Order: sequence, then C-alpha cells, then structure tokens
Amino acid sequence: MSDQGPDQAAVDQSPENTAHLPAEAGQVQAVGARSGMFGVKGTGDTSGYGGLAAPIVFPGATSRPLEGWREDVAAALDTALAGGGLHTALQQVVVHRGEVTFHVRREDLLAVATLLRDDPALRFELCSGVSGVHYPADTGRELHAVYHLLSMTFNRRIRLEVTAPDADPRLPSTVPVYPTNDWHERETFDMFGIVFDGHPALTRILMPDDWPGHPQRKDYPLGGIPVEYKGGTVPPPDQRRSYN
Amino acid sequence: MSQDIYAGANDTSEGRVFTVSGQDWDSISQGLADEGMEERVVVNMGPQHPSTHGVLRLILELEGETVTEARCGIGYLHTGIEKNMEYRSWVQGVTFCTRMDYLSPFYNETTYSLGVERLLDIEDEIPEKASVMRVLLMELNRLSSHLVCIATGGMEIGALTVMTIGFRERELVLDLFELITGLRMNHAFIRPGGVAQDLPPGALDEIAGFVALMKKRLPEYAALCNANPIFKARLENVGHLDLEGCLALGMTGPVLRSTGYPWDLRKSEPYCGYEDYDFEVQTWDTMDAYGRFRIRLAEMWESLKIVEQAAARLAKLEGAPVMVSDKKVAWPSQLSIGRDGLGNSLDHIRHIMGESMEGLIHHFKLVTEGFRVPAGQAYVPVESPRGELGAHVVSDGGTRPFRAHFRDPSFTNLQATSVMSEGGMIADVIVAVASIDPVMGGVDR
Amino acid sequence: MGIEEKLPSGVLLTTVEGVAGYMRKASFWPATFGLACCAIEMMTSGGPKYDLARFGMEVFRASPRQADLMIVAGRVSQKMAPVLRQIYDQMAEPKWVLAMGVCASSGGMFNNYAIVQGVDHVVPVDMYLPGCPPRPEMLIDAILKLHDQVQAGKLGANRLAQIEQRENDALKAVPTSEMKGLLR
Repeated sequence: MSDQGPDQAAVDQSPENTAHLPAEAGQVQAVGARSGMFGVKGTGDTSGYGGLAAPIVFPGATSRPLEGWREDVAAALDTALAGGGLHTALQQVVVHRGEVTFHVRREDLLAVATLLRDDPALRFELCSGVSGVHYPADTGRELHAVYHLLSMTFNRRIRLEVTAPDADPRLPSTVPVYPTNDWHERETFDMFGIVFDGHPALTRILMPDDWPGHPQRKDYPLGGIPVEYKGGTVPPPDQRRSYN
Repeated sequence: MSQDIYAGANDTSEGRVFTVSGQDWDSISQGLADEGMEERVVVNMGPQHPSTHGVLRLILELEGETVTEARCGIGYLHTGIEKNMEYRSWVQGVTFCTRMDYLSPFYNETTYSLGVERLLDIEDEIPEKASVMRVLLMELNRLSSHLVCIATGGMEIGALTVMTIGFRERELVLDLFELITGLRMNHAFIRPGGVAQDLPPGALDEIAGFVALMKKRLPEYAALCNANPIFKARLENVGHLDLEGCLALGMTGPVLRSTGYPWDLRKSEPYCGYEDYDFEVQTWDTMDAYGRFRIRLAEMWESLKIVEQAAARLAKLEGAPVMVSDKKVAWPSQLSIGRDGLGNSLDHIRHIMGESMEGLIHHFKLVTEGFRVPAGQAYVPVESPRGELGAHVVSDGGTRPFRAHFRDPSFTNLQATSVMSEGGMIADVIVAVASIDPVMGGVDR
Repeated sequence: MGIEEKLPSGVLLTTVEGVAGYMRKASFWPATFGLACCAIEMMTSGGPKYDLARFGMEVFRASPRQADLMIVAGRVSQKMAPVLRQIYDQMAEPKWVLAMGVCASSGGMFNNYAIVQGVDHVVPVDMYLPGCPPRPEMLIDAILKLHDQVQAGKLGANRLAQIEQRENDALKAVPTSEMKGLLR
C-alpha cells in the first residue's frame, strides 16, 4: 500500500488515527503514546494494526482571563501568592469541560493550600480528598496527586494537581491544613507509594501491613489468576487481548 | 484462660494478651491485677463483630468503661475495584462501581456516569426522561439506604423491632428496583449517556402504591423512636461533632446537617435536574446521633416528595428516549428485554442483522471495543445518603478508564470515629459509628 | 422378624446417625459473617419477608463459639482471610461452611490482587451458592440443601470411612483444567 494511495488517507482519517485534541483548550500536553489497537505486542499481534501510533495528549494550559468565576479565583490566588512571595508556585492553570485545575509546584503545596483555605476571597473550606494518578510515560512527573477543593462560602469547586517523579516520590502532607486528608493520604501512599512528608502516621491503610508493592500503580499487575473450566483456560483480564 | 495459637504473648509490644472465650473473667481480672493494669485495657473490636456495621475493626483503649483512645482499622473489604475498572470498557465500569457502596448503588453509578458524560461533553444531550429516571431511582435508593441505616443502627443498640420493620419497608423499595432494573442490588442500570432501559409498563402504578403505603408506614418509625426514652437516652448527646470539626474532617451528609448547616449538593450544585424539584434540606441543631437519626427520618419524607414529582413527570414522558441519540455512545440496535423476559422482536433483529450492516458493525464495535472518551479528568459529586460522593474520572483518550477514584463519604466520615467517641463510654462507640452510617464496601472499595 | 415386630405402638426405630442428623439440621446456629453486599441479603433473609425462622435458624450468633454454620457472605480480601480462618477454627465441631455469592465461591468478577479467589482456599466449603448477590430465596434453598447433607451425615467409624472414601475420590478426580468436553 503506497503512502499516497487513497486507502492510506482513509486510514489516517479513521477514528483510531485522529488525535483526540481537547476542543476548548488551545494547548495540549503530551503524556505518552498509544500504539497498536489490541494491546498485543510483538509477533503475537496478527491484527495488522500494530503500527498504529497516536500521542496521548491532555488539555494544556488555558490562556487568561479564564471564564466567569474561575478568573476571580485565579486572580485572588495570584494576589495571595504575590503577597506571600510565592510567584512561582503556580505552574499552569487548565480549564477543561468547565473544571479548573491549578498545577502547583510540590514544594509550595502546603503554602498554597493554606492560602486557599484562609484567604477571605478564596475560602476553600472543604477538601474532598486526595486522588493519586500514575502516568508512567509522563517522564519526570510520573506520580500525580489530585486534590478537589470546595468553597462552601462561594459555592465553587477547584482542583489542585501536584506531581512528583517516580525516583523521588515525596509530596508535602496537607494534613495540617485539611485534617480530612489523613486517611486519603494514607490511601494514596498505600496505592501509589507517594510519601507525604509531615503526615502524622503514614502507614498502609487498605492493604495488609506487610504487602509488597503499591497495587494501583500502572506497573503493578492486576494480579488475577487464569480461570480454568473443563479444558478451557481464560487468562486474567490484564493478559487478555483487548482494545487499547 | 486457654492457650490461643493466634494471639501469642509475642504479638504485642507491651502488656499481656488475653483471649476472651467466655467463663474466664476471673482469670482475666486476676491476670490484669498481676500486671498492675486494673484499669487500662486495650480492646480489639472486630473486624468480625455484629455491632461494627460491617468489617470495621476498632482498637479501643479503655480506662474502666471510658474510651481514652479509639482507632479504626479498615481495609478488610478492599476489593481493588478501582484497579479492575482500568481493565474494562467505560460502560462496564458501571458494573464494578455499583458494588462499592452496596447500599446506595445508584449513586455510585450516577457520579461515575456524570463524570464520563462531562468528559464526553454530552451533558446537555442527556434525554430528560433519563434524568428523571435517575432522580427517581436515586431517591428511592435514599429511602432504602436510610432504612437500612436506621434498622442496623437500631439492631446495634438492641432495638430489634426497628431492624425488622426497617427491612420490611426496604423490601418494598427493592421490589420496585427489581421491577424497573431487573435486580434487587448491584443494578448497573444508570450508564454513561442515560439509563439502560425504559420504565416497564405498570411501574408508575406500583410507585404510586408504594408512596401511598410508605406514607402510612413512615409515621411508625416516628411513633416507635422519636420520643422513646430508651432510644433517646442511647442517642442524645452521643457522637457530638460541631461544624468546625465537620469541615476540618471533611464530613458531609447527615452528620454535617446535624450541626444545623443546610449543605446539600442537590441544592448547591444541582445535577440531573434537581433544581426543578420541590424539597427542603433537613437539618437539626443538636450535633449528636439523635439529630442524625431525625434528619434521616425527615429526609425520607423529602425523598417521597421527590419520588412523587418524578413519577408525575414520567407519566408525561411516555415513549421518550432514555439514552442519548448519539450512536457513538448508545447502542444503535437498542437491544432490550421485554416484559416476557425475551429480547427484541424478530423484525427488529432482522432489521439489525440483515438490513443495516453499518448498524451491526457499529453495535459490535461498541460492545466489544466500547467508545473512546477524550483525554482529561472530571469530578462530578452527588449527594449520596451518606454525603458527598464523587468519582474522579481520568481518561487518556482510550476505550477504558485510565483511572477512576471514588471519594466515598463513608471513608471520609469514618475518620470522625475517634473524635466522636473518645472520652465517652464504650457503649456509645457503637452509637457514634452507627450515626455516621459507614458502609464498608464504600470505605474500602 | 426382628425387634420391631415386638414393639408396642408409639415407638419408632431409627439409627443414631439419623437422629443426630435430624437434631443437627433442625437447630442450625449460623455465625454472622457478613462481609459485603451478600451480608445485606443475608440479613434480609432473617427479616420479616423471608423469615429464616421458619427453618429454626433465625438466631444468628455473634460468637463463633456458639455457631455451627458459617455463611461467608461476600468477597474475602487477602487482609480478611486470616481473620476468616481464625473464626472458622474457633467454631466448635461439627461445623459447616456456606460460600454465599460468586465472590466467596470463586472470586467472581474481582479477579485481582486484593480478593481471595474462592474462600475454599482458606476453609473447606460444604455448599456453594452462586449469584451476585443471591436472592434470599436462593440462600434459603442453599441452607435447605445443606440440611439434607447434614441429615445424611455419618458418625463414628462410618464417618472415618466416608472421609477416607472422599479423600480417595478426590485424589483420583481429574483436575478441572484437564477435563474434556463442552463448557457446561
């Protein structure tokens, strides 16, 4: 099949090969690439789709001013950060599907969280916990911790995102500011191995104390066993042929 | 005291281990006296204990009968659901997350579906009937969940009649669920894009009958409990937690509302069209277990009101679609099961299999591969019976969730156990935990 | 021919095994071992609509030392497995185990790192009950089927012979993965 042939053009336009660019955000942020279609690598792949490659892109920074109340929050945060001498704390602001995400430098997380809770123009009183995400292909910032904050005063909801490299998985603990994150940080440590410095008692919470590894990281297998029945064997879900 | 092979003397860093197996109190008190620790005892309660609301483990340090330190041990029901979801398609994820908080399955499904819909950017295209059905099912679910909370809470303090009547009414709700979704629990009925099926014929009549019956039955709870001196003596001024404590600990739901703060996501951040329903946010100002009980009781009345309104709307929406029209998300073949338990008519199947090749291919691709969700992350919380339940859904543009994390209110609220019970009596620990109403499936996921 | 011909009226003859089995099956005392979703259905079975009391077993015992039937209702995590075994060991003989639901029977849909793939890895199971979760009627049916097993239980030398027979049968049995034939 020649590259200029009509067939190739059709392949390029097929849904598998179109980059899924987030519509509203101008910039994108690549965090890896997807190859093939069926999750099988090497000679086992007889599908003919093994050569497909598509970047995995997430919505990138949104240009200011933001939409509606989000700009109020961002501006108030800018002012508060400048007052606290934390000009470099905010790495980028992403608005996607109406939800605003502040990417914060990890060293400044505690200071930013304190400002967000205490500043009269911000007042994010409630933290809805920590959610860890592991992006193995996002080199240098593999481990993300995501905090959802809620301001009951203004009825606004924002998201904080902090990253740490796999080689140094340490983040400051937010328990001094939001005591509710006690168990949430323990869970994130248990599942992702992110060490929260300053946490009062960072131990495993869901898995047994002597469990090796951190199960919800992407490099930890699902851990299923093959199901055998009357001569048939079905591999566990993570080893089956599947779409990716 | 018999020798126990499981709790040897080496398993503790300090003190001596006693295994209580009945009729051995003398030897234990003698042993405690020998150790010089007549008053201070550390008691392990659970994870298999009838009064800990599931497989919760409590480690209580006691001075006589006063609790000086209470800690929770959780994780005994950790199921790895979030990891499992990463290996299934977006629609199949509903099947997994419905089993998290098994007393409020529709809320798990809704928060996950709303998150996926936001990422798909089809929030505005959800048909009205699907939203109304979601509201109907969620409010029915709030009824059944609060009934179990009151029932098991009653059982744990010895009020067995409360338990039996609670389960009696819950059966009525489950019968409705079975009629509408086909299952009593773990429905996987609310899916990204809408709901799985239309209302079956006769469902609205059943709902009307149920509402009429519940209006007769709910006063029984008030008559049995509200002014019952024993009930009040066990619940009043127990499990105290004020507003500041609630906000610091991230408490939501009835616990937060028992401080008098009317915070309800159905009012503050309406989803599924809750802004169009007429209901009140119930509060109480005693900040104790009794207030939480009264809030739950009052919320059941409000849920009945919403169920009535939703049923009235559904009566006008006969034949309306319950799934988005976008055939990239909904199944083009619209397979469904009829009242006779059989599938679609032969004509319909013939049309799909024989006449519409594209539809067939599309259906096959959607079922085996599933739809792709644009990369990004979303968090759409809902007000579950226990508080703010939210799913942090992350997509990398693939056919399967990259990560789905559930912020479960049971998990967060359970942290208040120590604050609520330290300094109180050991019997009040049970009441405090029951007033939080944790569901261990949601805590451990 | 035998003694039965000379008996006065109103006397029935049976075996000791028969009487013991009858007594045992009619007075099951289950231990509450509710874990997950199935536990709610187990409680419902004891509730007013399904009323397990009809079969003489509404008394769910909180202490394993007073129980002779363990209904493992729900998914058993790796963290719970040692606790489960300890509770089983604390129960007095004779004792039976009912694995309620697919998670307890085989791990079910949770084929992953956290869940024990079938509680029979930890304790011997007498009755498997499929369903996710099984309806209360199914639980009651499983318990009644277990009643039949208990009624037919052996005692003394017969029991030892039965155990040996089952052991030999199990040793000769074809592993599931080597079975041939249709998947049914």
